[in-house]
Amino acid sequence: MGANSHRESFPWKHIIGFVLSLVLTFAALWVALSSGLPLKAMIVIIVLFAMIQASLQLFMFMHVAESDSGKVQTFNMVYSFFIAVVVVAGSVWVMQFVL
Amino acid sequence: MGEAAHRYDETMPLEYRTEEGRLNILGFWIFLGAEIALFATLFATYLVLFQRTGSGPTAQELFQVKDVLVETLLLLTSSFTCGLAVFEMRRGRLAGLLTWLLVTLLLGVGFITFEIREFIHYVHEGATMQTSAFLSSFFVLVGTHGAHVSLGIGWMVLIMIQLLQRGLTPKTARKVFIVSLYWHFLDVVWIFIFTLVYLLGMVV
Amino acid sequence: MKWSEFFVTGEPLIYAADVAIVLTMIGIVFVLTYFKKWKWLWNEWLTTVDHKKIGVMYIICAVLMLFRGGVDALLMRAQLTAPNMKFLDAQHYNEIFTTHGTIMILFMAMPFIIGLMNIVVPLQIGARDVAFPYLNALSFWLFFFGAMLFNISFVIGGSPDAGWTAYFPLASNEFSHGVGNNYYAIALQISGIGTLMTGINFLVTILKMRAPGMTLMRMPMFTWTILITSVLIVFAFPVLTVALALMTFDRLFDTQFFTMANGGMSMLWANLFWIWGHPEVYIVILPAFGIFSEVVSTFAQKRLFGYKAMVGSIVGIAFLSFIVWVHHFFTMGAGPAVNSVFSITTMAIAIPTGVKIFNWLFTLRKGKIRFTTAMLWSLAFIPNFVIGGVTGVMLAMAAADYQYHNSYFLIAHFHYVLIAGTVFACFAGLHYWYPKMFGHLLNERLGKWTFWLFMIGFNVCFFPMYFLGLMGMTRRMYTYSDGLGWTPLNVVATVGAVLMGLGFIVLCYNIYYSARYGERDMTGDPWNGRTLEWATASPPVHYNFPVVPIVDDLDAYWVMKKKQGGFEVKEEELKPIHMPSHSGRPFWMAVAFFVAGFGLVFKWFTLAIAGALFIVLGLVFRSFENDDGYYIGIDEIKRAERAARKGA
Repeated sequence: MGANSHRESFPWKHIIGFVLSLVLTFAALWVALSSGLPLKAMIVIIVLFAMIQASLQLFMFMHVAESDSGKVQTFNMVYSFFIAVVVVAGSVWVMQFVL
Repeated sequence: MGEAAHRYDETMPLEYRTEEGRLNILGFWIFLGAEIALFATLFATYLVLFQRTGSGPTAQELFQVKDVLVETLLLLTSSFTCGLAVFEMRRGRLAGLLTWLLVTLLLGVGFITFEIREFIHYVHEGATMQTSAFLSSFFVLVGTHGAHVSLGIGWMVLIMIQLLQRGLTPKTARKVFIVSLYWHFLDVVWIFIFTLVYLLGMVV
Repeated sequence: MKWSEFFVTGEPLIYAADVAIVLTMIGIVFVLTYFKKWKWLWNEWLTTVDHKKIGVMYIICAVLMLFRGGVDALLMRAQLTAPNMKFLDAQHYNEIFTTHGTIMILFMAMPFIIGLMNIVVPLQIGARDVAFPYLNALSFWLFFFGAMLFNISFVIGGSPDAGWTAYFPLASNEFSHGVGNNYYAIALQISGIGTLMTGINFLVTILKMRAPGMTLMRMPMFTWTILITSVLIVFAFPVLTVALALMTFDRLFDTQFFTMANGGMSMLWANLFWIWGHPEVYIVILPAFGIFSEVVSTFAQKRLFGYKAMVGSIVGIAFLSFIVWVHHFFTMGAGPAVNSVFSITTMAIAIPTGVKIFNWLFTLRKGKIRFTTAMLWSLAFIPNFVIGGVTGVMLAMAAADYQYHNSYFLIAHFHYVLIAGTVFACFAGLHYWYPKMFGHLLNERLGKWTFWLFMIGFNVCFFPMYFLGLMGMTRRMYTYSDGLGWTPLNVVATVGAVLMGLGFIVLCYNIYYSARYGERDMTGDPWNGRTLEWATASPPVHYNFPVVPIVDDLDAYWVMKKKQGGFEVKEEELKPIHMPSHSGRPFWMAVAFFVAGFGLVFKWFTLAIAGALFIVLGLVFRSFENDDGYYIGIDEIKRAERAARKGA
């Protein structure tokens, strides 16, 4: 159950998670404002960075896979993400016919 | 079902040692799944409407990188300090827990202060939520997130009072863990607000 | 605000309703006072956190709402019996079909199913209550006060009148000025929060509180359907929450989400509504499938055929239900690419449903069938639902749908799936689990009268509507001209509706008659059941099981009866049982929601804020709650068990 996780002497996971989140935040900022990439590529990359950062925080900060219900919790987050993509991408795709 | 077979002993973190703790924590994760669906709908609405600015200002005309960066750093750091608070809790250190919760809370207040100033600034520029579909969806999406953060601050205060009154018990540990899940979750949502509202708005 | 704007005036029928409401309220207060039952009401019902009592309250509300929704239907049918009738004008007709739809789906079908869910699921999994009993009570009271708020609209302020789907721009302030659609937005929001909490509650309950030995693949099929339904609720209802909130903002605060100017997009409402709306119909049908599985296997005295396929198909249905929503607006203009994709996904969802139909048929094959009322409802479901289902596949063909959309063909389709699916299941479930709820059975003779009247009436009412639709009769029309050839079938439909009404009256009489003279259920197992709820007394003792049962196999109780003659409880195994305490806070918080909601409806923001403050206060008190429940001692358990066996 990850009983060891609370016996760590130093919050490594949190520090790594924090630093990587900062890196991804600034990287996305740079891609959007200074990279000069074409719009579509830019959007794909910053969305990817966002998803990576979100997953990072789920595992590093929130201990999503911890405890007896770890598998259920992880599946729940994966399914939520699927629903989110369907709702967001689905709505944008369906409604794009409106001028 | 394996529940009865497990021995819930001193190796478990405090918040998982009671049946109620385990049920409440799982219940809260599922609630977070529902919140993801909620924010997804708000994002869907925003992404469908954000270029429909009517005669009002566009995102590019309104958003300032500096403000967004400050808000992002405040919230991200508060999520980090919240993690430190739970880390302290798992080592049984009430003083450390309370200290980091207080820091988290103050950073959260800082975030809300900046956000309110941002909103007031827009309103003064004539960009209200009644102005256009873009602005309606912006204020409702970002405002809903801000309302959640504000509620989280209030909730954390209540829990800190209980920690001072009753100390660190399986019950209070469970409450701290759950509010920390809530707080981390709000930062995860902000990652997408930062990306799909502010960054996207500044380039499109 | 003038009195004539606050109260609905000028209508004799409404005045009659006002009088009826006031008399009923006086009557209730009088009865409670005369029989000195106020304390009993508060202690036993208003503050209960017991899932069995909460379930009963849900079902009582559902039956009352079935009455109101049914009266709405009869009024509509009366108006449409002949061309150019002047019984209801267009405005009233609109209000009536709006309340009919909203009430039947959200305040009749949902609570009926949630009520049965509440009573049965903890018993079926061998648990003592749900995971979050306090939250469960809050769910009920939020539903109740949301429904109350919706129900008073027709006498105070005015009914919503933009259809149960409340499309924009019609539902906007511009075209629906007045408070009617505010009631819609806010009452549904309050009830919806309650439902979301139920979804979370039952998901955790089923995942974590099953008796030892009951793996997921040994759960009763009804519990499986509730597990999947809970997943649907958790992910679909937040979409409705947002949609209604955006509607509220547009109507109350002049935002531009669904307006026709300043960038607003009216059609976005339809998109968001149906992203919720489609999973919603699966939320009401999957539990129905679960009920039928239980009833069919019990009264065919055979194990359900193809358990794994049944589980696979409900998971498949749930998954697909989130990716079909555009079929509700093929004609809105999204284009051939979008329409084709959703056409395919919609047709795909018929496949797992078909698998289930075959599994029920195979369960019946070579079974020893007992034709109880519950079984009759289940047998009638199969052909009738299939009719609704195959017309659904017809509608799923986007190009063809341009002809069928919003015609009476559509009305016939969805009534065939909803009534033959959900309503038949609710009646079947009511008869099946009635003894478990109240300790006596519903009368079989009266039950069969209800069945035949209602089932035949239903077909007489709705089958002609397929043809009316093909003849061009459109949905939501308050009258029609002479000479179109629609009159004969409309007359037939009205006759059918009257038969359904008569069936309902017989059901009500059955409930009264059985309370007085009904056969008492002495054993707790009147049907020779297969699942654990039948191992308890009827009604069960408040803690359900004296010891937690150990499960060996699917159809746990059937196996127990075969192996050891039943559910044996050895007195040495008894341990003190922990129970949650009652609380009045769920009731009061729901009242606060009602007050806040009422304030928002009329834009009386001071009242709304006052209500909101009480809600926050309730949350704060809850946070500081230190009551952890109480224990039932072993002596008390022994006494309760002996009383249950004796009185039984």
